Amino acid sequence: MLPRRLPLLAVLLACTALLLVSMVLGVAIGSVPVSPRAALQVIMDHLAGHPRYSVADAIIWEIRLPRVLLAALVGATLATAGTVVQVLVRNALADPFLLGVSSGASVGATAVLLFGAFASLGAWAISAGSVLGALGAMGAVFLVSRQGRALSPTQLILCGVVLSALLESVTSFLIFRGNPQATQAVLFWLLGSFGLATWQQLPIPAIVLAVAMAYLLSQGRSLNALALGAGPAAALGVDLHRLHRDLFIATSLMAGVAVAVSGVIGFVGLVIPHIVRLMVGSEHRRVLPAGMLFGASFMVLGDLIARVIVAPQEMPIGVITAFIGAPLLIVLIRRRPYLYGTAG
Amino acid sequence: MSLELRDLCVDIAGRRIVTGIGFAVPGGTFAGLLGPNGSGKSTILKTIYRVHQPARGQVLMDGRDLLAMRPREAARRIAVVAQEFTLEFDFTVAELVMIGRTPHKRAFGRDDDTDRAIAEQAIERVGCQHLAHRGFGTLSGGEKQRVLIAQALAQGADHLILDEPTSHLDIRYQVEILELVAGLGVTVLAAIHDISLAALFCDTVHLISGGQLITSGAPERVLTAAAVRAAYGTEVLVIAHPETGTPHLIPRRTRRPGPPATPAPGPPDATGH
Repeated sequence: MLPRRLPLLAVLLACTALLLVSMVLGVAIGSVPVSPRAALQVIMDHLAGHPRYSVADAIIWEIRLPRVLLAALVGATLATAGTVVQVLVRNALADPFLLGVSSGASVGATAVLLFGAFASLGAWAISAGSVLGALGAMGAVFLVSRQGRALSPTQLILCGVVLSALLESVTSFLIFRGNPQATQAVLFWLLGSFGLATWQQLPIPAIVLAVAMAYLLSQGRSLNALALGAGPAAALGVDLHRLHRDLFIATSLMAGVAVAVSGVIGFVGLVIPHIVRLMVGSEHRRVLPAGMLFGASFMVLGDLIARVIVAPQEMPIGVITAFIGAPLLIVLIRRRPYLYGTAG
Repeated sequence: MSLELRDLCVDIAGRRIVTGIGFAVPGGTFAGLLGPNGSGKSTILKTIYRVHQPARGQVLMDGRDLLAMRPREAARRIAVVAQEFTLEFDFTVAELVMIGRTPHKRAFGRDDDTDRAIAEQAIERVGCQHLAHRGFGTLSGGEKQRVLIAQALAQGADHLILDEPTSHLDIRYQVEILELVAGLGVTVLAAIHDISLAALFCDTVHLISGGQLITSGAPERVLTAAAVRAAYGTEVLVIAHPETGTPHLIPRRTRRPGPPATPAPGPPDATGH
């Protein structure tokens, strides 16, 4: 038996507080420690328009703050995309990279890193390559898995898995043909990192997240209906064809942009929606905002751990999220067996 | 409040599954859709609620073309309790019933007092008040079916489609659920597995086989041993229900159990030839 649901406002306030604390910690802690108060002062000064130019200022404003903000954005985006993909394929074990996004992005990014594709775009070349790869892969999955008008969840999963495997081989092939130094860069990129975050990277993911979130919240009821299955959703007056297509586009964009700015960071999009559903239930008008805030906090803290755990070196963030996410997921699955199709 | 199928044909993957089905369900009556496994019952129902598109023919509601209506508009008139219902995600009963309000709400529309009152009423009507805050996954089969009916009621539709609402239930819940549905006062079209049970509750039955309509009408007129043989290819005895006089089917063995078979010749032993 489940308790009554926690009030949404309380959950959102708690998640917001968690996010703020994570971000302050993320800005303050590092190889040059700055007190949270001093860090806040630097941010206030900048927001007020009269920054003081000091070492602490440069570290906080130019390096740590954009990094923390980018981690928060990517965490929020992956958690949101994961929630939606799980509904789209009606499988609680799906993640945003299931539909070929990450492997498509890898091919694109690898082509850039190894062979200098899109060289004219300069610093944006990797992002452009990975976004194109991601969208291409998801588009292919979408077209292949359509049966008449409707998307079949099983077909989506199978096509995603098959295409991912194919594209991963393409990446392997490219690495095999490329030079060893560049290969190092590719592997680092594949594991994900926020180490190269700059202010310029923030607007596009922020806009994509804001637009996608607004759209998804407007479709909260339809998402609930879709969570019951295609038949029940159709019976509830949901235009399945349009909803499937729009959800697909929204998740592709979110996952593609996340990969473009930070590489392939696993487990966040899989684990966060689960944790949030345990807290607030599956009603999407609750899951989406809570998941966004919680995903952001998780990623900021994960990135913080990645920075300090083997300092002065940096652990790839994908390693951290997997180390935390995998055991967590196993505990969750064991605690709630009936959610995963076995009798409970 | 009436529902009518006219010359409905449905193709799936290039194969014709349903051929020229036509019948009417008068307003406020309970119609049963009968037929063997794979006869096209589900396909017909799914065409009515837009999972499949008809290759030909029409579905009329009060004389209007149902499939030409906007999906939301249609969903306000016709609600569905689907056959296989497994929930991958965990909703409480109250949340699940509230999802029934979907076709009445706009984007960003919050649940208002009207919605809550309607959902509460629906839960009361199926007698599940005590389950309102339980997780759907923790309910028994009969309780689940009641909750899904409550969701359909919250949808505010005056037509109800049920796809085998009782197939996984024991006899107590079978009767309870059909009694509940028959007492709702809405127009009902239900695919039902158990012919005798359908005869007990339905005003009319429509017998389907191989995607074609075998016969239609009041159960006592239509459900004969010959009709069952034609649709299901099996022999049954049809008797009248002692209380209602509705047809009741008694299955027959294909091989008559005779007297105990004579003992088989004993195993060959060493002394035999």
